[in-house]
Parts: sequence; C-alpha cells; structure tokens
Amino acid sequence: FPGLADVSISQDIPVEGEITVPVGSHSPDEDYSTLDEPVKDTIMRDLKAVGKKFVHVMYPKKSSALLRDWDLWGPLVLCVSLALMLQGGSADSKDDGGPQFAEVFVIIWFGAVVITLNSKLLGGTISFFQSLCVLGYCVMPLTVAMLVCRLVLLAGAGTISFIIRLIVVGAMFGWSTLASTAFLADSQPPNRKALVVYPIFLFYFVISWMILTFTPQ
Amino acid sequence: SGAPAAEWGGFEDNMQSGGSAVIDMENMDDTSGSSFEDMGEMHQRMKEEEEEEAEGEAGAGEEEDGEFLGMKGLRGQLGRQVADQMWQVGKRQASRAFSLYANIDILRPYFDVEPVQVRARLLESMIPVKMINFPQKIAGELYGPLMLVFTLVAILLHGMKTSDTIIREGTLMGTAIGTCFGYWLGVSSFMYFLAYLCNAQITMVQMLSLLGYGLFGHCITLFVTYNIHFHSLFYIFWLVVGGLSTLRMVAVLVSRTVGHTQRLILCGTLAALHMLFLLYLHFAYHKVVEGILDTLEGPNMPPFQRVARDIPVVSNAVLNTTAKTIALTL
Repeated sequence: FPGLADVSISQDIPVEGEITVPVGSHSPDEDYSTLDEPVKDTIMRDLKAVGKKFVHVMYPKKSSALLRDWDLWGPLVLCVSLALMLQGGSADSKDDGGPQFAEVFVIIWFGAVVITLNSKLLGGTISFFQSLCVLGYCVMPLTVAMLVCRLVLLAGAGTISFIIRLIVVGAMFGWSTLASTAFLADSQPPNRKALVVYPIFLFYFVISWMILTFTPQ
Repeated sequence: SGAPAAEWGGFEDNMQSGGSAVIDMENMDDTSGSSFEDMGEMHQRMKEEEEEEAEGEAGAGEEEDGEFLGMKGLRGQLGRQVADQMWQVGKRQASRAFSLYANIDILRPYFDVEPVQVRARLLESMIPVKMINFPQKIAGELYGPLMLVFTLVAILLHGMKTSDTIIREGTLMGTAIGTCFGYWLGVSSFMYFLAYLCNAQITMVQMLSLLGYGLFGHCITLFVTYNIHFHSLFYIFWLVVGGLSTLRMVAVLVSRTVGHTQRLILCGTLAALHMLFLLYLHFAYHKVVEGILDTLEGPNMPPFQRVARDIPVVSNAVLNTTAKTIALTL
C-alpha cells in the first residue's frame, strides 16, 4: 500500500483536545456497604446534605451541588414550619386555622409545580424535581422573615412594627427571588430569562404578602 | 431389557405428569425459585453428571436425573417467562399511554415566545384596531394570558385582604383562583361556542389568548383602585381602561365575523361580560364604605357569605349609585 505510507498530519493543524476520564462514582462495594452502616450514619449524611443546601441558599453562588443531588426534605420542613407559623391569623376567632395550613401548603407546592412546568415549556434544561428542590429551598429566607415578624408582633402591632416587618419581608423576598433566579435562570436560553423570572417573582411575592398581612389573634 | 424397564419405571415414578410428553402447566412448580437458580442448578448438576460420567458411573441414572431437573427447570422457567412477557407488554402499554396524554410537549408551541413579543402584545391589547374589514391576526400564545391570570389572582388576594373579606366555608386563595380561572376558561369556552354558532373564524387557543390579554386592563384597573379608594376614580378607570381593552377584543372579533347580526351578538356578549366582570371584581372584593361592618350581627350570620356584601341596604344603595352614574354618563 504505497499511498498509505505517506499519511501524515500537516504541521498547520494542531491536534489537541482533552481526554478526561469521568471520575468513577462509588464502586459497587460501597453501595452495598451503606446497607450495613448504622442508622446514625445514614441520618447524619442526609442531614449534612440538607444543611449544605441551606448554606448554598444563604450564599447563592452558581454551584451545581444544589441541582445535582436534589432532595425534598428541606422544602418539606420549610413548608410545614411556614404553614404552622401562619396559622391562627384569620380575623374570625371561630376559624380553627384549618384552611390556613392547607392553603399555605397548597400554594407553595402548586405554585412550585406551575413554575417548573412553565420553565420546562419555555425550553429549560432542568429536571422537574431539581426545580422543585431549588424553589423549595429558596423559601428559607421567607421562613426566617416569618419568624422575625412573629417576634416583632409579640412586642406590639403598631406602625413602627409594620415598617420593620415591611423592611424585613421585603429584603427576604428579594433574597429569595435572587437566590432562585441564580439557580434556575441559567438553565434557560439567555433571551428568555425574564419569562422565567416573572412567575418566580410572583410566587415569592404572594408568599411574602401572606407573611406581611399576618396578624395573630 | 430388565434394567431399561426398571429405569423407565423409575423415570415415570419421578415425573408428576404420569409420563405424558405434554407439559402440564397445572402441575407447574411455582416455588421453583428464579429461573437463574434453576439454570444454575441445572448447570451444576450437568457438571456433576459429566464428572460422574467421567468416573464411569451408569449413564441412565444420570440422564434420568438430568432430564428430571430439565423438566423442573423448564416449568419454572416457562412460568417466569410468561410473567415476564406480561409485565413487558403491560409496561409498554402504560408508557405509551403516558407519553401520549401526559406529554407536556403538546403545550410547548404555545409557550414559544420572546419577552419583547409579550411586552408588545400587552401594549397592543389596549389599542383598538381600526381595520375591521380585514381579519386581524391573533397570536395563539398561552404564556402571556396565563401570567396575567395569575397576576390577577395576586391582585385579588390583596384586595380581599385589605377589605377584610371573610370567607367562612372556603379559603381566600381558593376563591381568588376559582374566580379568575373560571372567568378565563369559562367565558372563553362560551365565546368560542358563540363564535361557532355565528361562523366566526377563531380557534379555541386564539380565544383564550385574546381574552387573557384582555385581562391586562382589569389588572391595571384593580391594582390602582384597590389601593386608592375613590369611587369616581374607579368609574373613570372602568370606562377608559376597561373600555379600551374591550374595544380591542371586540374589534378583532368583528374583523373575523361576517354578517351584521352575528357581529352584534358576539360583540355585545363579550363587551357585556368583560365590563361586568370588572365591575363585579371591584364591588365584591373591595371595602365598600367604612362603618358598614360595625352594623353586622356576628354570630347570627348564615355560613359562606362575604361579610361586606351581606346587607341589602348597602348593596341597593351601591346599585342605585351605579345606575345613576351610568345614566348620567350616557
């Protein structure tokens, strides 16, 4: 084969690239061994994962840890605590606070599902549960705001307390929206970010409004 | 001769089906364990057979053992295979049905929109078109209308809370969502039905889109008047803003309909429903007059009523004022 003897790469075209070997995840032995570990280890590992995600929400950087290992424990805890704290805020003393809890629960989960569907329909690359996870975790600043509001309301319900509550809730609302936007807007085509951000803004606005207009019995 | 007869007799004794060549499924051994185990067992036994054969034992006994195990393994394996096949078929059917009906990609084309387009359509929804002899284009897009409905829900909630509306047997959120979505979907369907009767050229998605964008005027009006409580201001907004968005919807519909009677029916219905809805939203969820609530009897009220509207005196007064104002402006 005389023609093949002359095969050579011209010096002008550099041949370069990257060979990355994906870091192998746990070997099969490790997966089996988590069955035998003590329960404390399992719980601590899950708690650490949840805690790490809370820290990510506090300092919203563009990290993929929140997105990669999604879990819904944090959102559930936040949702339940927020709903419990919002109970008993109706103006009628005969209400037993039942609709309040269900209302908050349904609003949060139904709103998160709608936002996720919307972002998927707009061409997002994020998966359903990842989006739910991010939206749920970003409710954390608003839960903190609810705590602060309750404490402030213990002191009194005047104009000053309203102004304090307004400032706190407004700041936390901005934080929530920014945090979730930092995670979710990246998965969209660049010129459609505003279309995804608006429902998130509305969602956290409704929750903030529920917190701000809460008056205890 | 004697030995083969004994062998065959032994063989028959071991088989449960009584020597028939047909495999009797009724006698299938369901507790045979996994077919893998059976195969493994068979392999093991066969290896042992070979070893035994190599050591020179009688072949008939081993053959007998091998065949018996074969039958047992075969029965278990068949059962497994049938069950496996049924599972595969069922799974395939279920996934096909799911991908057909629960596929959100069906809705994807209706959300294919840019922010500039949404903004342009929002502004356009307040500008009535002049050319009604040429069918106007309606974008079949659902993102804008959906967001507008949710915004209206949020504004309604705000209005209900600030007017201290008490819903006893329901929830504020449920009422707001029910009202807004009910209006959007219900009136769209009704208008689509009327359009079908009047031979208008409009599809359901286009009707949904048109009515949804028409709610932009409602959002603006309610947002302003829930915070600034002047009745005259509301009436001005109702006429101007509500009127503009109604005129736009009406003009687009008229451009797509032929015949005077049909045009009149469609436009009259749409205009009436749209304007009355804005009126309803304002008076149902808004603090009517201060001090009304003081005259309420608390414990004797029947369930599921909104407190602010429950006094016939007040609602009559409101209706009279409204009627007088309309009569004056006309």
